[in-house]
Amino acid sequence: MKTTGAILLRILLERQGIHTLAGIPGGAILPFYDALHEGPIRHILARHEQGAGFIAQGMARATGRAAVCLATSGPGATNLLTAIADARLDSVPLVAITGQVPQPLIGTDAFQEVDTYGLTLPITKHNFLVRSAAELLEVVPLAFQIAESGRPGPVAIDVPKDVLNALIEIDPDSLPAPGRALPVPDCPEAGIVALAAELAAARRPVLYLGGGVIAAEASALACTLAHRLQAPVVSTLMALGAMPPDDPLFMGMLGMHGGKGTNLLLEEADLLLAIGARFDDRATGKAAAFCPRARIAHIDIDRAEIGKIKTPVHGLTGDAADILRRLLAHLPVAPAGGAWRARAAQLRREHPLQVPPAAEDPLHPLNLISFLARELPATALVATDVGQHQMWVAQAFPFRRPRTLLTSGGLGTMGFGLPVAIGAALACPGRRVACVSGDGSILMNIQELATLAELDLPVAILVFNNANLGLVRQQQQLFYGRRYAASRFASVPDFAAVAQGFGIRGVRLDPGGDPLGELAAALAKPGPCLIDIPIHDAANVFPMVPPGAANHQTLTAPELEPATP
Amino acid sequence: MTPANFLPTARATVLELRVRNHPGAMSHITGLFARRGFNLEAIACAPMGDCATSRMLLLVAAEPRLDQVERQLARLHDVLSVSERPDLGPEFFAGMFVAASG
Repeated sequence: MKTTGAILLRILLERQGIHTLAGIPGGAILPFYDALHEGPIRHILARHEQGAGFIAQGMARATGRAAVCLATSGPGATNLLTAIADARLDSVPLVAITGQVPQPLIGTDAFQEVDTYGLTLPITKHNFLVRSAAELLEVVPLAFQIAESGRPGPVAIDVPKDVLNALIEIDPDSLPAPGRALPVPDCPEAGIVALAAELAAARRPVLYLGGGVIAAEASALACTLAHRLQAPVVSTLMALGAMPPDDPLFMGMLGMHGGKGTNLLLEEADLLLAIGARFDDRATGKAAAFCPRARIAHIDIDRAEIGKIKTPVHGLTGDAADILRRLLAHLPVAPAGGAWRARAAQLRREHPLQVPPAAEDPLHPLNLISFLARELPATALVATDVGQHQMWVAQAFPFRRPRTLLTSGGLGTMGFGLPVAIGAALACPGRRVACVSGDGSILMNIQELATLAELDLPVAILVFNNANLGLVRQQQQLFYGRRYAASRFASVPDFAAVAQGFGIRGVRLDPGGDPLGELAAALAKPGPCLIDIPIHDAANVFPMVPPGAANHQTLTAPELEPATP
Repeated sequence: MTPANFLPTARATVLELRVRNHPGAMSHITGLFARRGFNLEAIACAPMGDCATSRMLLLVAAEPRLDQVERQLARLHDVLSVSERPDLGPEFFAGMFVAASG
């Protein structure tokens, strides 16, 4: 049958199982929108291409499967870049499709022409400039294969308008198979046997879980290994949800805003087993001083991560679930680790998160997060923006299941929360989604309130409003002599009214009234809502390891608060 | 550049890559060196056999991170294989410049 490149592209996406994608139309991509018009794929019209990119990310992060975003050439493509770079750093499978000017115009500075291939090259796992309609048959399945294989990541496909319009003869019965994740090569048995022996001999082992544990669906196996070894578990931001927070071996998040006891435990460990973690500076602090007494073992699907920051004694490349399953087979009996386990419990007890009593300060951010956790259904997903509120969520929200926290870990993108929450709600019908944001972050993709109003999804946006770029203000207070350059907002919008203007329920909590009652009532009603929560502008995130310092050099709350600027 | 001023780093080594021969492959490889802060001193590249693949020789500093350079290269989709060529030293590139300068 004779068809166009645009229709072929739509057919190939349908064959990939794509039923929803997000984007914004424009000149160069219009032939594809015309093809979408008559197909079954649901198109979510975002209000900014970055919003479309993050809506797709929300779908991908909630499900683990590649999701698709669409934009036109030029500014459409450049607006997608932040969402693509964000997906790269957090290993999120994403396929970004952009229109491009017709090939005869490429290189002529045509209207809305930009070198999308060149711009996406350093921020994607791989990228394509499609040169003919026939190439789509190879490129589209390959893009999904690359996005989902091994360590997941974003793939960009730039399609010139003449390729979309080109006529092509295809045989509907012999289209290529959809692209799927390739099997991961087996980790050699010798490495697993050696690591098992090392683990069995360790006296003070710690498991250090990263986002790769969730990507590999290896959370339960990691918990089993921890219990088999009686080894305490520390988690990165990206691995929260892999181990239930009330597990006696769970030590919470490590690093810059991790527990003080958690970081001190790592000082004493004699063996650190990193699983799907990349020794990011926010987790390790000064890398040379990280785990000074520990031999390091590292399991990762990406061979380039092994030895990138710390040289391990055992570096195992492969699928974390497979490696953990095989490791467990070599570790049948729990060694006697009672003393070490007790030491971990002692450190946890001695260094709890410092929270004022809820009765005295119900609107303290950490108390608000605990309240939110009690009010939300157990199946709820939580998307965050980036800043103080994000760290408070990481410290205090009890994530019990993988993929319930959706947060921008690597790139740290303000504006991430709202569109990701929309994407998660699209991918998980029937589940409540909370977007915890700040008054700085929410403004960075506020236009997506229009998208949310249109879709009427069960997304509750909680704006922790301190009229500051809080984490910037905190760093200025602690490390820049309290010189608050450009971190305080002289003018703060009435967010409840803004939401109402978009057609969404908007509430501003009254600290003098019954703010928690209002909050519970607002969350109990179905449909989207925005809740503006005034919080103290001097509240800081503690503990904190100063940037560049070693993780044992923790600053804690008492000696620093209160310190109203 | 003439042979006279071709002065590679004292300890340099040659990597051989087999890469997919299509537009963009070179950008991916050279971009990686820039992005990761690795040194790249010289490149030679030519298509092989049926032109589906190319062979690329890179002169790189023999620094402690060489292993990391190789692993980062190996994870590029267009790079099919990476190997060290200790038998080819900087002299290989110097010889190429001699030939090119006629």
